[in-house]
Amino acid sequence: MAAAALAWMIRMTTRPMTRRTAVLGITAATATLARPSVLRAQSTGRVVVVGGGFGGAACARALKRAQADLQVILIEPNAVFTSCPLSNEVIAGLRDIEVQQFDYDKLAAEGVTVIGQAVTTIESQLRSVLTADGVALPYDRLVLSPGIDFHFEALPGYDEAASEKMPHAWKAGAQTLLLRRQLEAMDDGGTVAIAVPANPSRCPPAPYERASLIAHYLKTRKPRSKVLILDAKDNFSQQRLFEKAWKELYGDMIERIGLSQGGRVTSVDPATKTIVTEFGNYTPDVANVIPPQRAGRIAEIAGVTDATGWCPIDPVTFESKLVKNVHVIGDACLGGGIPKSASAASAQGKACAAAIVNLLAGRAPEAPRLTGVCYNTVAPGYGFSLAGNYQPRGDIFAEVEGGATSPVDAPRELRAREASEAERWFQTITADTFG
Amino acid sequence: MAALINVPAKAKRGDIIEIRTLTSHIMETGFRHTMDGALVPRDIITSFTCRYNGAEIFRADLFPAIAANPYLSFFTVAKESGKFEFEWIGDNGYSSTASASITVE
Repeated sequence: MAAAALAWMIRMTTRPMTRRTAVLGITAATATLARPSVLRAQSTGRVVVVGGGFGGAACARALKRAQADLQVILIEPNAVFTSCPLSNEVIAGLRDIEVQQFDYDKLAAEGVTVIGQAVTTIESQLRSVLTADGVALPYDRLVLSPGIDFHFEALPGYDEAASEKMPHAWKAGAQTLLLRRQLEAMDDGGTVAIAVPANPSRCPPAPYERASLIAHYLKTRKPRSKVLILDAKDNFSQQRLFEKAWKELYGDMIERIGLSQGGRVTSVDPATKTIVTEFGNYTPDVANVIPPQRAGRIAEIAGVTDATGWCPIDPVTFESKLVKNVHVIGDACLGGGIPKSASAASAQGKACAAAIVNLLAGRAPEAPRLTGVCYNTVAPGYGFSLAGNYQPRGDIFAEVEGGATSPVDAPRELRAREASEAERWFQTITADTFG
Repeated sequence: MAALINVPAKAKRGDIIEIRTLTSHIMETGFRHTMDGALVPRDIITSFTCRYNGAEIFRADLFPAIAANPYLSFFTVAKESGKFEFEWIGDNGYSSTASASITVE
């Protein structure tokens, strides 16, 4: 019986999946096969976590630490994770990419089963995940931490191929290095344009940190160059801090065209490296196009995304509002007031783990209080930060008291201290997640 | 800031063309109060007009619910070369104009 089920599942993965075949497949399976007991969890429970970023890895680790006899499976196709936080420093030539990279050996040593596969299908009725090699992995609870994907339809002209000419560098790794190489190859006097999407998007202040650090690179190496921000927003996170720093450090090197000045990018033409906004065309020497985003593709496969492209959740348990026993954490979930950041994803991963442990034991989950922190480094030795606390309120997370943003008027010693705190924050969160 | 206008510089006769306009304006609703309770007086754009070689082709009335910096996009048929003229009129004698040329082949 088990072998038959597995064979069927393997067959399913080789057929092009459509919504229709998926639905028919589930019906056929439940009609003809009693659920094979050997595929079901044996111990106190079995949790499958999909996605090994800051959210997924923190969740897997917290689950195993909270309950040693829990079976925890982490599915992540990449053997090496490359951190987005601090990757803007790699772009600016201030940091090597190797220090951004982490593997899953420590998680495996702690008893998390790490599977280096891509997930192809999620059979939520059968509570089973299928990986690209055709293996079916049943679960009691599934955690999805798929991060973001790009919403290419929302930006005509832009796709994977275009990203080789006009890099997004919004998923760290090869794209980060490509943008760095383009900056290095640019002549002095050139223009670097950064196209910034509307919210919600991954790490809202990061485009402005990137503009700052690119300006730092240009100021030291190619001082006649400039940075042009084409922005689909009028206002942005920590705006006064950024604008003050830009004036102080870079004069008029950074120009920003906001939404109400016609800065929203409507299409791109990779052949001519042209960025088209609602009111003008730009042909920069380096075009960093950050496209509009939505939840990672796995979320869509699982059926947990809504019309927004993101995943509505119960903020106490992170369980999807759309599919039972599936939890969504990190950038992919609709977190309300919580910005999409590594820090928030990690906090959500741990809170979700605690909720799952309670749910599996038949206990009521406790409402979490999450803290998210965000450091921005605008030049070596010049940083500032934003910290926020968030609690469930109705269907979303709302910001509660206790948050803090760096003061706008502060001595350079504080900026220097915050810059070194950023590095310490990175060491701590990566050690906590992967080390 | 002056108004932003996007009219194609060239079009074929009979083409449907998109025209975009954006003008900076506070669009104060007249429903808000200051900290000490005084009403912030209404200050909005109340109407927008577009003329193509003198003939009105598009008009819009604007209301307090419309956000600051009104952005309007509309379509017309490119009939002949010439000029588009735009006019925004509002509270407190507000008036602003802009124009753009098109070559129709």
